[in-house]
Amino acid sequence: MDYTFQFAELLPYTSLIVDGLLWTVALTLITTFLGCLLGTLGAAARAGQHKFLKHAVGIYVELIRNTPFIVQLFFIFFGLPSIGIKLNAWEAGLLAMVINLGAYSTEIIRAGIEATPKGQLEAARTLGLSRVQTFIRVVLPPALQKIYPALTSQCIIVMLGSAVLSQISVQELTFAANFIQSRNFLSFEVYLVVALLYLLLAILMRQLFKAVHYYAFPNLRARK
Amino acid sequence: MPHLFKKVAQWLSLFCLCFSTLHVSANQLDDIAQRGVLVVAVPQDFPPFGSVGPDLQPMGYDIDVARYLAESLELKLELVPVTSANRIPYLQTRKVDLVISSMGKNPEREKVVDFSRAYAPFFLGVFGESAADVKAAADLAGKTLGVTRGSVEDLELSKLAPESAVIQRFEDNNTTISAYLSGQVDLIATGNLVAAKIAEKNGNRELTSKFVIKNSPCFIGVRKGETELLAKVNELVTAGLTSDTLDGLSMKWFKAELPADLK
Repeated sequence: MDYTFQFAELLPYTSLIVDGLLWTVALTLITTFLGCLLGTLGAAARAGQHKFLKHAVGIYVELIRNTPFIVQLFFIFFGLPSIGIKLNAWEAGLLAMVINLGAYSTEIIRAGIEATPKGQLEAARTLGLSRVQTFIRVVLPPALQKIYPALTSQCIIVMLGSAVLSQISVQELTFAANFIQSRNFLSFEVYLVVALLYLLLAILMRQLFKAVHYYAFPNLRARK
Repeated sequence: MPHLFKKVAQWLSLFCLCFSTLHVSANQLDDIAQRGVLVVAVPQDFPPFGSVGPDLQPMGYDIDVARYLAESLELKLELVPVTSANRIPYLQTRKVDLVISSMGKNPEREKVVDFSRAYAPFFLGVFGESAADVKAAADLAGKTLGVTRGSVEDLELSKLAPESAVIQRFEDNNTTISAYLSGQVDLIATGNLVAAKIAEKNGNRELTSKFVIKNSPCFIGVRKGETELLAKVNELVTAGLTSDTLDGLSMKWFKAELPADLK
């Protein structure tokens, strides 16, 4: 092996990488928030009484979970303009990510809801809580607690999946890497640095989720 | 042993002599006229310049140009399919009279081949709807432009385009084309052949040439030193350019008129 590593060649592109990093972080944060919200609503519909909603959400979940993310993305970006819905690159990318996370988190949160003992539900209803109150106060908190690790992982997967957005010219981290690689052909250096940045992001994200968990579920703190 | 070498050398030189004297007379133009056949090297793997049609016959812009030259010279035409690697050897070894094979000019080739005037367009340019008012890189201000990442047009436009131009970079040519056809970008930068393909296959959005980024037109190759033949070819190409014959072929194969600088 007589390859000379040229990491210094990446320095002129620092601002491009930082911009890419910020795009990835911003897209991930918005997606995590909106996607989990969508997933909660979806799970509520799946567990609820409304037949039509239940089936509609079921179809949505199956459709998204059984098709590749890149196909969904291309459909939104390249396909929808044909019927008059034109989103620019980052809008299309964000929408695809939210829809994707929404579907997966629906299933994850639904699992948590189903694991809640029926007796708690009946107790809440007997105490006079409305359906919505029961869901928000009695069903959801323990459900979220149970599936929190799975949800964390799913959000990280979506963050890593945002790399695909480079295909529709969103200038996130992978786009920056591809761009630099197309200019100086230093594949090893570029992709190694970017891979480490993704790793760092994933670790930070897990810590952030832990912090949220700490404040969101004070009841679990005492046990430690 | 030395005797044997001598003998072989003698035979070899005689052999070579036979071949070199076979065709050579005063000039090649007379040779061709005498023979009554114009032998032309054409591509068959590079549409729309040259490819094999559904009837297994060669077709394309280069083939039609060869046909035009043969007809003008009142000669029969013989087409010899070549690749880009062997087209110059075919010419040098007298297997063909002309190379009409989407050949670009460069100093290395000019050392071994004489080139006619340009007969076909080959350029990287910016393309868009005819309504788009873009005539130079400076006009790209405020527009979104799709390019294929890392391509020559990407590198050039990254230097030329003004700050406010939004260059959207895609993975490959097809994605760039999709971005244009779906209306995600105002303009695209690509080669005129790619643009011709889009114009042929998709009527959803028109595509016209806006300005040229890099020009590398094609030339007809003639064996070095055959000045009479070269002069004749040049005369016919000029005639074809002024009489709109080549423009017609350009419309047929490239779906666009010949660029003004070719004429």
